[in-house]
Amino acid sequence: MNSKITSQEQLANPELAAVGVEDDSQDLSRSEVILKGALAAGAVYGALSVGPYVRKALAATGGGDVAILNFALTLEYLEAKFYEEAKTRAKAKGELKSLVSLLASDEQQHVEALTATIKKLGGKPVAEPKFDFAYSGTSGFLKLAQTFEDTGVSAYNGAAPMIKSKEVLAAAGGIVQVEARHAAAIRLQNKEEPAPEAFDPPLQEKQVLKAVEPFLA
Amino acid sequence: MAGPKDLANPVSRRRFLALGGGSTAAVAFLAACGSDSDSTTTSAMNSGAGKSETAEFGKGDVGILNYALTLEYLETAFYADVVKSGLFKGGDLETIRKFGREEAEHVQALTQAVKSLGGKPAPEPKAEFPLESAKSVLELAGTVENLGAAAYLGQAANIESPEVLASALAIHSVEGRHAAALNTLLGESITPDGAFGKPADVKTVLKSVEPFIVG
Repeated sequence: MNSKITSQEQLANPELAAVGVEDDSQDLSRSEVILKGALAAGAVYGALSVGPYVRKALAATGGGDVAILNFALTLEYLEAKFYEEAKTRAKAKGELKSLVSLLASDEQQHVEALTATIKKLGGKPVAEPKFDFAYSGTSGFLKLAQTFEDTGVSAYNGAAPMIKSKEVLAAAGGIVQVEARHAAAIRLQNKEEPAPEAFDPPLQEKQVLKAVEPFLA
Repeated sequence: MAGPKDLANPVSRRRFLALGGGSTAAVAFLAACGSDSDSTTTSAMNSGAGKSETAEFGKGDVGILNYALTLEYLETAFYADVVKSGLFKGGDLETIRKFGREEAEHVQALTQAVKSLGGKPAPEPKAEFPLESAKSVLELAGTVENLGAAAYLGQAANIESPEVLASALAIHSVEGRHAAALNTLLGESITPDGAFGKPADVKTVLKSVEPFIVG
């Protein structure tokens, strides 16, 4: 069912390769670099490669809860913007229209919660980069949404074991569960399995780590 | 032992747990908690405390894994019974089979994890489930999956080993996917707790599954 994506294309998720992440201030933050790498890893090897990539990239940059939260914030900026824009651009109707509104609201709440948590820890929340989403129509929207949500789940699950504060970990857990719920709902809209694997990500990390090596800045 | 009347219990409990999108005081409380970054402090409540919530299942991570294993055994048995019940056909039956297979994989992974930590895996509980109608079974499945996701979330911050945590998280989000898929089938909100998943403590979870455990 889902196995066709890797054999059919050279890129597992070509739609991810077309996502633009730009920073006007020319002060490309570490979070943006990691996000770009995560999108690239996901584009080439699929969403399940994102978690191990993110874990390794964060470890390489010294990590720390604020750095992890800033990466999560950058990812949530992307999702919040994507759904906000999709309210008009995706041309969604009926049930899907309500779903887009719900997802936009959830992602915006994640942005706010992460911003507040970073400040509480004495950190500086990263600025929102500019995003450019290349898709057209409802089906293009749904395809990109599915990839973003699966990528988000994998990214959070990859980063979470590195979080030091138990409170921050519990908060991240509350967010990733909601990302997983979004992923399942969008997958159902795409007539795909809501939970394609028994584990998010499956436990084949060595293989995946080798695959994402080129994207580690 | 488990008759049709027992179904009333998990359903009303589900409302109490705010897993069904109701409008009880619990929902309002949880919603209020979810609106800021302090939302999940409750789940970290017993971190650093002397006695762990899962002590009856073993010490430390072994206890948490055995608690999770017990829940996964119940989910696996539930889906197996549902498949046998003949209440579902076609696409719905396929979804149920798939979810059941995934729960069985969780059982295997957790059993291995307990052993690798030198622990003794928890025994499989003997369970019976009320299987009245397709609708009531789907509702029960939704309850079980939402509760399962909340149970994992409730323990995440208590896990000591990063490897065990990574495995638990990999299962937690799949439970969340199952829950959202079932909620979609039931016409309920995919995120009944709002933008932030809510944890459930061990006592609440065990009380909810108690009616299904026999002998």
